[in-house]
Amino acid sequence: MSDGSEGTGGLTFDKSKRSWPNELNVLGALILIIIIFEVLGAIFMQQSLLFDTRDRFDSIFNEARLRIIIIQVAIIGIIALGVTQVIITAGIDLSSGSVVGATAMIAMSFAQVAEVNGAMNPKAIFGPSFLDLPVVIPIIVGLTVGTLAGAINGLLVAYARIPPFIATLGMMLFARGVAQWWSLGNPVSFPTESYAKIGAGMMPVIIFLSLAVLFHFIMNYTVYGKHTYAIGSNEAAARMSGINVPRHLMLVYMIAGGLAGLAAVILTSKNLTAQSGMGLSYELEAIAMAVIGGVSLFGGRGSIIGTVIGALIIGVITSGFTFLRLGAFYQEMVLGCIIVGAVALDQWQQQRAASRS
Amino acid sequence: MSDIILETKGLTKHYGGVHALEDADFILKRGEHVAIMGDNGAGKSTFVRQITGVEQRTRGEVIFDGEPVSFAGPLDAREAGIETVFQTLALADDLNVPDNLFLGREKTKWNWLGPFRLLDYKSMREDTMAGLVKTGVKIPNIKNTIANMSGGQRQCVAIARTATFASKLTIMDEPTAALGVQETAQVENIIRTLKEQGESLILVSHNMRQVFDLVDRIIVFRRGRMVANLNKEDTNGEDVVAYITGAKTGAEYEGAA
Repeated sequence: MSDGSEGTGGLTFDKSKRSWPNELNVLGALILIIIIFEVLGAIFMQQSLLFDTRDRFDSIFNEARLRIIIIQVAIIGIIALGVTQVIITAGIDLSSGSVVGATAMIAMSFAQVAEVNGAMNPKAIFGPSFLDLPVVIPIIVGLTVGTLAGAINGLLVAYARIPPFIATLGMMLFARGVAQWWSLGNPVSFPTESYAKIGAGMMPVIIFLSLAVLFHFIMNYTVYGKHTYAIGSNEAAARMSGINVPRHLMLVYMIAGGLAGLAAVILTSKNLTAQSGMGLSYELEAIAMAVIGGVSLFGGRGSIIGTVIGALIIGVITSGFTFLRLGAFYQEMVLGCIIVGAVALDQWQQQRAASRS
Repeated sequence: MSDIILETKGLTKHYGGVHALEDADFILKRGEHVAIMGDNGAGKSTFVRQITGVEQRTRGEVIFDGEPVSFAGPLDAREAGIETVFQTLALADDLNVPDNLFLGREKTKWNWLGPFRLLDYKSMREDTMAGLVKTGVKIPNIKNTIANMSGGQRQCVAIARTATFASKLTIMDEPTAALGVQETAQVENIIRTLKEQGESLILVSHNMRQVFDLVDRIIVFRRGRMVANLNKEDTNGEDVVAYITGAKTGAEYEGAA
């Protein structure tokens, strides 16, 4: 291959076809959005969004705001890590928000204290033997409930061949029903002190980022990741290559469910209560993070890094609108446009790639 | 070890009342390249599908590498050493060349991690390069995804897959049907390289020039039956066309059609 000619039989290889990593585009979008907010902030607020403009030399950034930006997307970000994997298999998971609701109620029931202000816990779901349990029990219960919901999704999608949209829509309604039935609509409150520590302070962010690193590694360096991309890219080819496609899909949906369960544990710990309406529309925000981060709804393309940047974009926009003192309705309009824009860009790139080859 | 790699005896496939393949007796020697020709619906693809386990035969025997075999599916056939290059490419567009070559049989480390076992990228890359060199396929950047490649390069990757795994028999079903002139030439070069290396090959093709260029022997199917078994040296294009259209039938197959 030293002769410099590319390929035999007159075939040439076009170097310009080498792909530019999509994550850089998403990162560019994030930087662009930050610049827009900085400019608007300088004009209208005489302040900077991210940088410290006070007369101090000990910090460059406005750390409080950075913290808020990431903390408000961390819990949904954990869900988005699972949703990303589902979408890469060319599937979709609409159930994660409701699974958060159901898991929140169930897990919290195992995390309650026995006594509140010297009296029996007024919100106790179970009898005294289920109060003051060690913190691992509600965590295990939460992960199990989430994983179980994911396993049912997986069974329906992979073995019953029900389209993912329908299967997870069914789970979305079912899990929300479970959340409301569990305590007949009453909130479940008063967790143990150790349970309250799981989601306290920056813990959600630490868990989110650790899991992002873990799943980035798994998606890029393990057989699981390779098969996930292969199934989303060409399911028939994956099957012909000997991959057990149903079993793999099952695993992907179980991981997504487990992550939703974990998000429920962190959320209830942070809020010190569980309510049946928890996690409402989280599934859509998680899908939005993935899509803004460049995960293709057609499957096969996207990455965990992209989704993390997508989550940051949503965080920056949310904080930016608060910073500019604009109403939340504007923010939702802009987010809607950005999501459609991201998918349109993906379509356009795909068509361009198809016309070149 | 016998020098026959594949033999079929009375291989028959009926789809309900349709007799797609009737009593096919076929022998392929080690290192031999044989073409299967015939009109549409003559039974070529049906014949290949019975051998590769894509379908289950109605009756008859398949003897591969000295053993009677009955593959439950294409994966069984592949594990036994029969690699098929399908008409529709079985490649994942968003993966690169080594990923596609090793799809479903990745080289791994730390296997105790189960589905999360680590990919041995380095070793797979080296084997991919070796496979590409062996087939004479030049793809400058194997880290490029298949989506960024031309049809010819994709077909080359599909063929290189067979060479990388030291298969005993390669079956190609119309490998150049969808390719341009230059790309076809490249695929044909690879087939010649496989011949030099003593790989056994069954080539299903409509292209008369290609068949006379590449193979040792030509089998003609007509209406579900084998009607001719011709050494390339003893025949010519007109002759083969006569068999395909039914103007002639081989002496040993008299009364078949």
